[in-house]
Amino acid sequence: MLWVDKYRPKTLDQVMVHTDIAHNLKKLVTEQDSPHLLFYGPSGSGKKTLIMALLRQMFGPGAEKVKVENRTWKIDAGSRSLDLELTTLSSANHIEMSPSDAGFQDRYIVQEVIKEMAKNRPIDTKGKKGFKVLVLNDVDKLSREAQHSLRRTMEKYSAYCRLILCCNSSSRVTEAIRSRCLNVRINAPSEEQIVQVLEFIGKKEGLQLPPGFAARIAEKSNRNLRRAILSFETCRVLQYPFTNKQAIPPMDWEEYISEIASDIMKEQSPKRLFQVRGKLYELLINCIPPEIILKRLLYELLRKLDAELKHEVCHWAAYYEYRMRLGQKAIFHIEAFVAKFMSIYKSFLIATFG
Amino acid sequence: MAPILQSSQPWVEKYRPKQVKDVAHQDEVVRVLTNTLETGSCPHMLFYGPPGTGKTTTALAIAHQLFGPELYKSRVLELNASDDRGINVVRTKIKDFAAVAVGTNQCKNGYPCPPFKIIVLDEADSMTEDAQNALRRTMETYSKVTRFFFICNYVSRIIEPLASRCAKFRFKPLSEEIMSSRILYISQEEGLCLDAEALSTLSFISHGDLRRAITYLQSAARLFGSSISSENLISVSGVVPAKVVEALLKACKSGNFDLANKEVNNFIAEGYPASQMLTQLFEAIVEENDLSDEQKARISKKLGEADKCLVDGADEYLQLLDVVSNTIKAFNSLPEAFAYEC
Repeated sequence: MLWVDKYRPKTLDQVMVHTDIAHNLKKLVTEQDSPHLLFYGPSGSGKKTLIMALLRQMFGPGAEKVKVENRTWKIDAGSRSLDLELTTLSSANHIEMSPSDAGFQDRYIVQEVIKEMAKNRPIDTKGKKGFKVLVLNDVDKLSREAQHSLRRTMEKYSAYCRLILCCNSSSRVTEAIRSRCLNVRINAPSEEQIVQVLEFIGKKEGLQLPPGFAARIAEKSNRNLRRAILSFETCRVLQYPFTNKQAIPPMDWEEYISEIASDIMKEQSPKRLFQVRGKLYELLINCIPPEIILKRLLYELLRKLDAELKHEVCHWAAYYEYRMRLGQKAIFHIEAFVAKFMSIYKSFLIATFG
Repeated sequence: MAPILQSSQPWVEKYRPKQVKDVAHQDEVVRVLTNTLETGSCPHMLFYGPPGTGKTTTALAIAHQLFGPELYKSRVLELNASDDRGINVVRTKIKDFAAVAVGTNQCKNGYPCPPFKIIVLDEADSMTEDAQNALRRTMETYSKVTRFFFICNYVSRIIEPLASRCAKFRFKPLSEEIMSSRILYISQEEGLCLDAEALSTLSFISHGDLRRAITYLQSAARLFGSSISSENLISVSGVVPAKVVEALLKACKSGNFDLANKEVNNFIAEGYPASQMLTQLFEAIVEENDLSDEQKARISKKLGEADKCLVDGADEYLQLLDVVSNTIKAFNSLPEAFAYEC
C-alpha cells in the first residue's frame, strides 16, 4: 500500500495539518445539523482527506465501505432521449462522483442523482442522520447550466440530501452556490508542516532521515503534501539508507518539459518548432492536462530568461492559456505560445548581440 | 429511538420579514405597495436591484398579505427562472397555471382575496429571450385573471415589451447602519457576542447584501461558537486578508519580478479565490495616493481583462501573474507596449 494512502488520517482527530479546521468541523457535525459544505483549495492540500474523515464522523465506520458502480441513466430532455453513464463511489450513506466527467451533459447527472437520493431516503432511522450526503468533486469544472441546476436542486431537496462540494478554486463556482454553502478554505500545508508529516511517516516506517533531507523534499513539493509523500517513498525505493546529497527524482513529464524548454532556448527555427510539436503531442497523448503543460513550460522558461523578457512571456502564457480554455484543440495554442516565445527571444538575441 | 435531528432553519429564512411594511429601508416601494394592498388592485410588477435587498421578500409578502395562508398555494406560482427558464416552461407550466379560472370569490379571515392569481418569476434576467417573448402574449391574454411579478438584478436584461407592461420598483443597496441594526437584532435573538469591529467587518464584506451578511453570520456561528470575531467572519466569507493584499502590492512596488512571482505562488497555495484578489486589488489601487491617473488606468484595464478571463475559466495563476506583471510595469513607469502585438 502506498504511504500516501496508508498514513492518511481516517478520523478528524488524527488530522495533522489542518487541526483547527478539523476541530471546527467536528463541532459542526456533532452539535447540530450540518449545512451544505464547499471545500476549496489547491491540489494536495488535504480536502479529500478532510471530507472522508468528516463522513466517518457523521456516519461511523460504515462510511468507508464503498463500492464502485458504473451507473446509467435514461433521461427525457424534451425532444431527445439521453443515455448517460458515470462511475460513482457509494456507501450506505453517501455517494461520491465527478459529474464533470459527463461533459456538457453534467446538468442532467446533477439533477437526477439528487432526486434519486431524495426518493430513496432511509426508511429505517437507525442511522444517525435523517439525510444522505452527496460528494461532488471538481465542482469548478461544472458547466454554468449545471451549476444553476445544482443550485435549484440543492434548495428543493436539502432536507434529505446534503452536498459536500470539492473544488480547486472557488472563482469558477457561481455566487449563487457559494452563498448556499458553508465555505471551508483548505490552504496548502507549509513546508514546516510537510516536514512534520514526513518525519512522522519516517518514524512509523523505522527510517533514519538525515538532517535537512525532509526539508529538501518539502521544498521540491511546492507545498503539495501528496507530492511530498510520493517523493519520499520514491527516494526510499531508489536508495536506502538516505544520504545528505541524495537526489530527489522529479516526475517524468516534468523532466520532459524541462527538455522542451532547453530545446526552445537553444534554437529558434521552424525545424526546431516541428520537433517541439512532436514532444508536445507526446505529452498530450499521455493525458497530461494542457494547462499544466503550459504552466510548467512557463516555469522552466522563466528560470532561463532575463528580467525584461519575463513580463512579456508571462503575458503571452496567460493569453494563450485563456484561448486554449475557449477552444477545442490544445496543441494549436501551446504551439502558438512556443512560436511566439521563439519570435520574442530571437528578436531579443538579435537586438542584444547583433 | 432517538428522534431525527431537525434541520436548523437558515437564518435568512427564519428572519425574513413577513409583512410588506417590515421590509427595511425601501420606503418608496413600501409606500406604493401598501396602497396596492389596501385597494386590492395590482399591476404586473418588476422588482430590480442588487442581490440581498429584499426583492423576493417583498414579492412573497405581497402574495401572503393578499391571499393569506389558505389560498396561497392555489393562487401563487413561484418559479425560479435559473433552471425553469426555457421556452418549454413558458408553454407548459406558466400557460397552464395562468389559464385556469380563478376560484370563487371568498374573503377569508380579513384577507382581500382579489380575483386574480400571481406568478412570481425569480431571477427573471436569466430567462432566455425566446422565453421572455413567449411570455408577452400570455401576459396580455390572461391579464384579467393573472398578475406577473418579475424579480431580477438588471432591468436592462428584461426585454422592453415585458418591462413596459410592468410597474417598476427599484431596490437600493442597504446602508451600513440599516444592516448593522438588523444584524444586531439577529445576534441578540440567537445569543451571539458580536463586537463593534466584527460588525463593521461584516458590513464591509457584504457590500450591502443583507442575505450574504446573515449567511456569513450564521456560518461563523456554526463554526466558531457564539463569540464571533473579525477574523472568523473573514475566514468564512472567502475575503482575502488585507495583509496578503498589501504583501502583493509591496512586491509589485519593488519592481522585482521574481519576488512578485513568489508572492503569487504563495497566494495560490493559500487557496484564496483569485477573483476576490482582483476585486480587492482594484479597491487598493483606486485608493492608492502615490499613483497618477494614467497608472491607475493602466492597472484597472488589466484587472478588468483578467476578471473576464477568470469568469471564462482561465487559469488563476497565469492570470494573476499577468496582472502582477502589468502592475509592476505601471508602478515603475516601464513601457507598456510589447514587441509583437497580435
